[in-house]
Amino acid sequence: MPTSEQTLDEILDLAAKHFKVAREKLTPDDDFFKTLGIDSLQALDLLTRLENHFHVELPDYELQGVSDFRTLASRIQARL
Amino acid sequence: MDQFHGEALSWQTSNGVIELALRRAPCNEIGSLTLAELEKFTSALPALARNAHALILYSALDCGFCAGADLRELYARAKEMERAAAVAGVREFLERIHRVMNTIDAAPLTTIAAVHGVTFGGGFELALVCDLIIADKLARFCFPELRLGLIPGFGGIPRLKRDLGNAVVRDLLLTGRSFNATKAQSVGLVSQVVGEGEALRAARSTAAQLGKFDRRTAITAKKFIKPIPYHELKQEIDIFCELFVEPAVEEGLRKFVESTEALPYLP
Repeated sequence: MPTSEQTLDEILDLAAKHFKVAREKLTPDDDFFKTLGIDSLQALDLLTRLENHFHVELPDYELQGVSDFRTLASRIQARL
Repeated sequence: MDQFHGEALSWQTSNGVIELALRRAPCNEIGSLTLAELEKFTSALPALARNAHALILYSALDCGFCAGADLRELYARAKEMERAAAVAGVREFLERIHRVMNTIDAAPLTTIAAVHGVTFGGGFELALVCDLIIADKLARFCFPELRLGLIPGFGGIPRLKRDLGNAVVRDLLLTGRSFNATKAQSVGLVSQVVGEGEALRAARSTAAQLGKFDRRTAITAKKFIKPIPYHELKQEIDIFCELFVEPAVEEGLRKFVESTEALPYLP
């Protein structure tokens, strides 16, 4: 099982690649809506990509109010 | 009408396959315009079906298959009417959309929904009338209606109950959570999960395969395998209209329409 730091790194890598943002511009405590410049539909797209990448289910209600990569990583880590 | 190009959708037939494309921005919300054009389609369907063995429904927009009913239109219309008139208007809309859905459900050809991205609410219900659902791996399915104080109104519950185990139906409806394509396939909702951007290609390939079989046999098999739950569909309209007069609905619709939250689509 990956460590929390590895999970966080993988999320940042995936987000940078998919939303075409320089990886070094992303930090764990960034608000990903703002940093990635994404709307609600793109957030769903990100959620699906993360579920597919980590082979987990992330119920939407567990992500309500989550907007930074670190908390997102902790939610994913809890389901690995 | 062999082909049609409207504001909300278009269709054409080629090699015995009718392709119906949804194309109304922002994400194919089903309101009065889409309903009118879907009615045009179902009126044309008997003639189209004489020379076709399959129908593919897909979205021509990047956002996804369909985000569901046009809640902004519903809210605006309900606001400008007396409550009794608003409920009568909702009932009329539901009866019309049910006729469309039932016609496609019972169509004398094999129907395939090729879905990607957001497949929510009424969009999910449109996919559910099809015989097969082929999903892009980034497709997402959800019934968020409870958030609005409502149940799905376009035939969702009876058709989900027809196709899936009741526990899955309860999970989708009572939590309002969304399922990805892999999960949807694991519960038996989706027949094929394909790569990003590949759903329409896979649907065309499947439609070509369907053309190898005797048409009459396929129609007979479909009637036997896929009964239409007319009684429950009618009950659904009644329950929806009962709930629609509750204050929670107006509040739920208002919150959605005025929402600035990052995920307004989700409960």
